[in-house]
Amino acid sequence: MNMQANTNEIPPKGGSLKRLTVRWFAGVPLIGMLLGMLAAVGLEHLAGYEIATLLGLPKIPVLFGFVIMLKKPLLIPSAVSYVLLIYALPVGIVALLTASLTNRLSAALYRLPLWVTVLIHLGLLYLGLHLWSDISAYRVLTLKLTLIAIMLTLSVNVINGYMGEFSCSHPGFMALGAYGASTITLFLFANDKLFGPALLPAALGPFVFPLALIAGGLVAAVGALAVAIPSFRTRGDYLAIISLAFLFIVKSMIENLEFVGGPRGMSSHPNYANLPTVFLWAVACVWIINNFVRSIMGKALNAVRDDEMAADAMTVDTRKTKTVAFLFGAFWAGVAGGLFAHVLRYVNPATFGLQKLAEILAMVYFGGLNSVYGSIVGAVSLSLLSEALRPLEIYKWILIPLLLILVMIFRPTGLIAFREFDVKKLVQPRSHPGDEV
Amino acid sequence: MTFFFQNVVNALQWGSFYALIALGYSMVYSILMLFNFAHGDIFMVGAYIGLGVASVLTYLSAAGTIMLPSWLILVLTILIAMFLTSFVGILVERLGYRPLREAPRASAAITGLMIGIILETGNLALLGAKRRSFPSLIESTTYDLGGVFVTNKKILIVVVSIALMYALHLFISRTRWGMAMRAMAFDYVVVPLMGVSINTIARLTFAIGSALAAVAGIFFGIAYPVLDPYMGIVFGWKAFVAAILGGRGSIMGACLAGFLLGFIEIFVAMIFPSTLRDLIAYSIILLILVFRPHGFFGEPYSARLRL
Repeated sequence: MNMQANTNEIPPKGGSLKRLTVRWFAGVPLIGMLLGMLAAVGLEHLAGYEIATLLGLPKIPVLFGFVIMLKKPLLIPSAVSYVLLIYALPVGIVALLTASLTNRLSAALYRLPLWVTVLIHLGLLYLGLHLWSDISAYRVLTLKLTLIAIMLTLSVNVINGYMGEFSCSHPGFMALGAYGASTITLFLFANDKLFGPALLPAALGPFVFPLALIAGGLVAAVGALAVAIPSFRTRGDYLAIISLAFLFIVKSMIENLEFVGGPRGMSSHPNYANLPTVFLWAVACVWIINNFVRSIMGKALNAVRDDEMAADAMTVDTRKTKTVAFLFGAFWAGVAGGLFAHVLRYVNPATFGLQKLAEILAMVYFGGLNSVYGSIVGAVSLSLLSEALRPLEIYKWILIPLLLILVMIFRPTGLIAFREFDVKKLVQPRSHPGDEV
Repeated sequence: MTFFFQNVVNALQWGSFYALIALGYSMVYSILMLFNFAHGDIFMVGAYIGLGVASVLTYLSAAGTIMLPSWLILVLTILIAMFLTSFVGILVERLGYRPLREAPRASAAITGLMIGIILETGNLALLGAKRRSFPSLIESTTYDLGGVFVTNKKILIVVVSIALMYALHLFISRTRWGMAMRAMAFDYVVVPLMGVSINTIARLTFAIGSALAAVAGIFFGIAYPVLDPYMGIVFGWKAFVAAILGGRGSIMGACLAGFLLGFIEIFVAMIFPSTLRDLIAYSIILLILVFRPHGFFGEPYSARLRL
């Protein structure tokens, strides 16, 4: 009955190639794209190395060939053909050829409860990512840091995008979460100089780790009160410097706390932040934050942003809204910080300074304000760009800001702003391009 | 007691850097309603331009081409660097902020941040990572005023900074261009209707702000002769705090807040262990903002026409 579900009624803007691609892929449901991705990744596992050597590349390109293209310009045709052959072609072929089958599968899944459908899609996505990153440890690290960046960007978007404040305090929240989670993990499970021998058996580690992350998030949320309470009386610019002062205070405070290592930081974290854990936390973050911003509280955030006095007159409790928004955003920033500390297995206060602030703000405003899609796009693209442009060394930091300035000039609120993330619409089957609605 | 006055002198010098940079922030903010986060890096660019000009002039003077006494070299360095840095400011305004005049202010702020990064990286790429030392343009003589040691450099920095701030005050309150700037701070929309172009005033504002930042940069080079490309970041953000602390729309407030921030930092370092400096100084600032949320001389947040 859902085979006649509506596809894009409005023809997309853009050149004819883009229109053609969108029309072709419009009929492919999400599960079809996921199966295509699995085919591509499987092909890379089976024949990747052989195809790479055939094309003259020294090894499998780790990050879609960007690094190879920048270091050895002669290999650009090979790298591009590798990407087309291993990634674009299998995805395209499998997705398009199996479109009718996958549409039927998608329709069948659609009849099941939504959470089952979503779990199946997530399982396939994780399988694809796991297989893709199996090729090299560099890919695993990049993927983990990208997932953490997604969580961080979403948490900043709650405050900067949905509530319209200019909050510079997120590195501080991240630091509080990182140190909170690390202290618990190191205290209980690691033999290190700061906290002495491990107290609990190592087998309990993976079960206590989520609790440690949540504790770190709660520490960050309590810290957010220092920014939320002054926000009752001030807005806009004054809140910006209050949050900036908070950032300096947190950084300085950690540098002076000798029992967590001071400026030297802490290390020897146990290896709890593996890819499944980070992926699960990222999925939980996206789901919970999406639910939050689509709920009544989310609308209250928008109301406070648009006109606080009018919101107050329409019985929105502005104080409660601001407190909840800051604490909620800080909680997720803290969880992201805890995961960050455990991925790098080292944490020190210098990481959470003004440069981190510039990176975080860049990801949020590049991707798009007030939008879950935008945060994901911004975090993924800037993380990958930052890694891919590494061979340019210092010129990377001229190119990336330039790109951001261009986006700011032509789309001031970001690439994908103000778009709703609807899970139901994401997993629904699309009719075959041949069917007419 | 002499220890106390010694620190007062240090605080006056340290505060004058913050005050000069905060003036630039506050002018752009009052008149154009946007934060120029690249301002700290314009301070850095001004310092490097001053370095370049001073090196050229000292070389020419030493090679015998032009005979210049060292005080004249200093004056020329300041004037030429102010002139050149104002062009940098105008360029930043034209490329980064003019296209975003109608955009939300946060986007302009992010653009400013990115321009700042480009300036830092450009400097790093052009001149390399080695720190440069500012040539000493005046011989240092120390005066002993009853136990308090004051160098002529400190006197020069504080006196010239206050003189420049007073000159700016006179410019804004007594000249026609100053009147145009005050008019634009008061009501953004009506000013072009009265025949004054917004672009001209924007250029003028940025030029004056950048010139003041260049002076701060040269004085910083004189007082602490080591320059590196990232020196502008911390100063920029702290001067931003000072500008807002002074209050929205008040230029004298930014001055005072800059000096106050300098005093707070130096005296906190005097009383407490210096590692706690940032922690205590910014807690004090947080408390000031909790009890006086609109800064010293600012107006409360009100619905203004341009918002």
